[in-house]
Amino acid sequence: MYKIMASKLNRRIKEYFMLAVANLFHRKLRSWLTMIGIFIGIAAVVSLISLGQGMKDAIFSQFSALGSDNIIIQAKQATFGPPGSSAANPLTKDDRNIIKKSRGVELVATRLIKAVQLDFDKKTFFRYAATFPDDSDGRNFLIERFKFKIEKGRFIEIGEKNKIIVGQNYAAEPVLDRELRVGDKLSINKKEVEIVGILAKTGNPQYDRTIFLNEEALREIINLEDRIDIIIAKTSNEEDVEQVVETIKKNLRNHRNVEKDKEDFEVQTSQQLISSLGTILTIVTAVLVGIAMISIIVGGVGITNTMYTAVLERTKEIGIMKAIGARNSDVLLIFLMESGLLGIVGGIIGVCLGIALSKTVEIIAANALGSELIKASFPPVLIIGALLFSFLVGAISGTSPAIQAAKLKPVDALNQE
Amino acid sequence: MPETIIELNNVWKTYYMGNNEVHALQGISLKVKKGEFVAIMGPSGSGKSTAMNMIGCLDVPSKGEVYLSGKDIMNMSESNLAQVRGRKIGFIFQKFNLINTLTAKENVILPMILQDMTKQERELKAYEILKLVDLTDRMNHRPNELSGGQQQRVAIARSMAMNPEVILADEPTGNLDSKSGSTVISFLKKLHKEKGTTIVMVTHDEHIAHNAERIEYIKDGKIEKVKHNK
Ligand SMILES: Nc1ncnc2c1ncn2[C@@H]1O[C@H](COP(=O)(O)OP(=O)(O)OP(=O)(O)O)[C@@H](O)[C@H]1O
Ligand SMILES: [Mg+2]
Repeated sequence: MYKIMASKLNRRIKEYFMLAVANLFHRKLRSWLTMIGIFIGIAAVVSLISLGQGMKDAIFSQFSALGSDNIIIQAKQATFGPPGSSAANPLTKDDRNIIKKSRGVELVATRLIKAVQLDFDKKTFFRYAATFPDDSDGRNFLIERFKFKIEKGRFIEIGEKNKIIVGQNYAAEPVLDRELRVGDKLSINKKEVEIVGILAKTGNPQYDRTIFLNEEALREIINLEDRIDIIIAKTSNEEDVEQVVETIKKNLRNHRNVEKDKEDFEVQTSQQLISSLGTILTIVTAVLVGIAMISIIVGGVGITNTMYTAVLERTKEIGIMKAIGARNSDVLLIFLMESGLLGIVGGIIGVCLGIALSKTVEIIAANALGSELIKASFPPVLIIGALLFSFLVGAISGTSPAIQAAKLKPVDALNQE
Repeated sequence: MPETIIELNNVWKTYYMGNNEVHALQGISLKVKKGEFVAIMGPSGSGKSTAMNMIGCLDVPSKGEVYLSGKDIMNMSESNLAQVRGRKIGFIFQKFNLINTLTAKENVILPMILQDMTKQERELKAYEILKLVDLTDRMNHRPNELSGGQQQRVAIARSMAMNPEVILADEPTGNLDSKSGSTVISFLKKLHKEKGTTIVMVTHDEHIAHNAERIEYIKDGKIEKVKHNK
């Protein structure tokens, strides 16, 4: 008995689906207009989530290149900016030595990241300069971790003062009339240096537009004395990273004379860094998706409106259907199908549009900005979820008009003109 | 003694228009027995259509009872009544009332869908009926591509879809010229004769009414007189 009912219902759903399709085709223009809200909304949601997810994936892979056994130490920032730039109490070489002597630390690499003025060919522009440590352990560690590779020329040697290497993007720096080449001379904060090498593309847009030189060289150019922006510590294999973090914190607190929980520095594992960046991205994506949802809600209201109009226009038709044996539930189902269909067709178009949009952003980002951080990613959950969601929006938006249609009395509906 | 299919017993229908009460039906009683051909006549506004709506269970009385195959329709659930109506009663209206988005064949098939007939059964049946009303060459046309007479023949075909016991026709020739009108009547007569279908038909035309075995005259919402033909 139950089985027969289920199969009957199944058959009806199939038939009503065909009826709904026929009706939507009959009112092509209006169906399209109704779907606009839904598909813009779905397109926005799909592209935002796919780009957000893609960025997260990219950042994750960038940082996981750093390895999870690394610890990053920075002074607490007063404002946003490159690490250490606005620190009230920057890290120093003494801090470096304390960290290096901490239990479980195998080696440390120090880095400076500074905005500098570059002059070349009568043009002036500003870029970040990053440094390599002047000791071979630290330097090798950094090069290996960030996978820096030379494309043309050579790396700078330890101790070289007026030699630099530049990121891939300088090969086609838009500010300049021609690309920079190995052997070109330019000046950093008015001090002349020579390019000895050009890095292969790193995939990180920041690095690709940075110039690199030795730490001591940059210190001399901008009179930095002994402040340090970032210290990266490599833990020895057998040590527990969290334990080493605590040790470093304790030693630095003692040395810098600050109390626990009032530290003016941050000690993070690369794992923590990834997850905090991931959290920020998630929040940003969520806010944007929330805004896109408004479009979907507006789309839903559009469907409700269209379906109310359809009920009014087709009152007579509903009357006829009831006269020839349609039950309230049949009428309800037919109208729900129609609004659900409006939703899901809008959803399908929206998903296609969203995929196209985020792929376009990805390609533009890769070509124009040289950024590989912006990559679109489409997990199946996103696609299926978006379609399901759009169907639900359609069906829910159509519920109230469908109930109104179902409740019409046969004779009243028939007498409508 | 043939069984009674539909019975109206002292049925009243009152419409309220602001402070005005319109008594469309004022205690009408009427029995339709299996196999009968009944005509209903009466002046405009006398309550013929209202009575037909009661007979077809499209409306419920303000007072009195309507029995469908002996069951009081007030005791039937909405979905049950709709299903029974779909199976037992076929409707033909003055204004054809076809669904404009569907083709002639689809219009004929719709009642079968609502009764869960399988696809093969439906296709076969629809073709058979459309052949009966001589419309197989027009079955994929939509109503607006058909003449009034053809549309009414589609409506007849649709009313026959479930082999109903009763066909209710409210002025089926009202919108047709006399030639198409007589074709429609001849189909109804054929149905009555060959299949034994019960027919209740409202008409203004005394001549057409004489095709029926019995004529019920309505005036002011009541049966005024009954005339038996032959
Ligand atoms: N929905 C309604 N609301 C108010 N009054 C109605 C309604 N339907 C019918 N009436 C009134 O009930 C009375 C009977 O109407 P009905 O349509 O049954 O007449 P009829 O005999 O079919 O007339 P005609 O020959 O013109 O079709 C009329 O006075 C009409 O105005
Ligand atoms: Mg009438």
